[in-house]
Amino acid sequence: MTYRGMTVEEIKINGDKGTPISAYTARPSGPGPFPGVVLVHHLPGWSEIYCEMTRKFAHHGYIAICANLYERNGQGNPDDVAAKVRAEGGVPDAQVVGDTEAAVKWIRAQPGLNGKVGVFGSCSGGRHAFLYACHKKDVDACVDLWGGRVVMGKEELNAKTPTPPIELTKSLSCPLLGIFGNEDRAPSPEQVDQHEAELKKHGKAYEFHRYDGAGHGIFYYHRPLYRVEQALDGWNKVFAFFGKHLAR
Amino acid sequence: MCTSIVEIAAAEGMAKREDDWFALTHSVVAYDHARHAVLADVITIDFVNTSLPPSARAAVELTLDAAKALNAALAKAIAEAEIEEAERSQGLERMRLGAPAPAAPSRIAA
Repeated sequence: MTYRGMTVEEIKINGDKGTPISAYTARPSGPGPFPGVVLVHHLPGWSEIYCEMTRKFAHHGYIAICANLYERNGQGNPDDVAAKVRAEGGVPDAQVVGDTEAAVKWIRAQPGLNGKVGVFGSCSGGRHAFLYACHKKDVDACVDLWGGRVVMGKEELNAKTPTPPIELTKSLSCPLLGIFGNEDRAPSPEQVDQHEAELKKHGKAYEFHRYDGAGHGIFYYHRPLYRVEQALDGWNKVFAFFGKHLAR
Repeated sequence: MCTSIVEIAAAEGMAKREDDWFALTHSVVAYDHARHAVLADVITIDFVNTSLPPSARAAVELTLDAAKALNAALAKAIAEAEIEEAERSQGLERMRLGAPAPAAPSRIAA
């Protein structure tokens, strides 16, 4: 069922350590009950495509929220803010987990929620979504779209990213859907293999789908990375996965 | 970021955005997916001032070949600039000691 009517708002939530951050929300019209989805944006920031995807989830019957993980780094064009974040060495993983937890709490407080919440992200947001589902137990399904740096070398570790997410796999608290392009280098197919082996080792529920003829950013229709057939199939898999795990 | 190819260098100088110039603190060089160029992965160079709002940024997205050409041009210009600087230093030193200047500039190429 789809919902053409929806309410879209920009709100403030108390993010990590109680810091107010902005969030974009979309709620389908009607009383529900609706499942919820927390979107974790990618490195290009709290950008237009993440607002569109937030609305896309509402269109498909989900209460959705996407928090601005770069709020503390300044205001302005998302490209410029993302460049500032890059110049400052990225945002700390722990802070992203705290901000995402605030978004989950906001969804869980919404009237008409069916009690189920998923977390969804692409690129660095896919990595962060997986990281969140390993650190916390308050989400019911996780979607990681081509998240790079789940597997990390020791030379990549620092105070902001102290632990390779793959090492947290044993703590994954919900089913995981992964979508990857076989021509991607970050993550490479070999890194996806390593992650899959770790999921199997710990007996985790997961689905990995790997597309030929695609690399990174398969769903980004505004970029040359876009692959229409794989993107359409991939979206179907996302909604089937959430439909299965977030139904009540 | 999905690639971890990011190099950050301290920068002293200025950059232009629209009609304004701003002082720089850093040059950031990365290899990642393009945000604007109709290309997959690109070398991005951001000239920024991290103490100013995010709009204090002059940015380019270059193909690898264009980045290599820029790198070569930079290397050549820097090498020539260092010769110029060395000659200037030598000239200042000669003036200080009252010595005569050499007959011809040493930098003129054949």
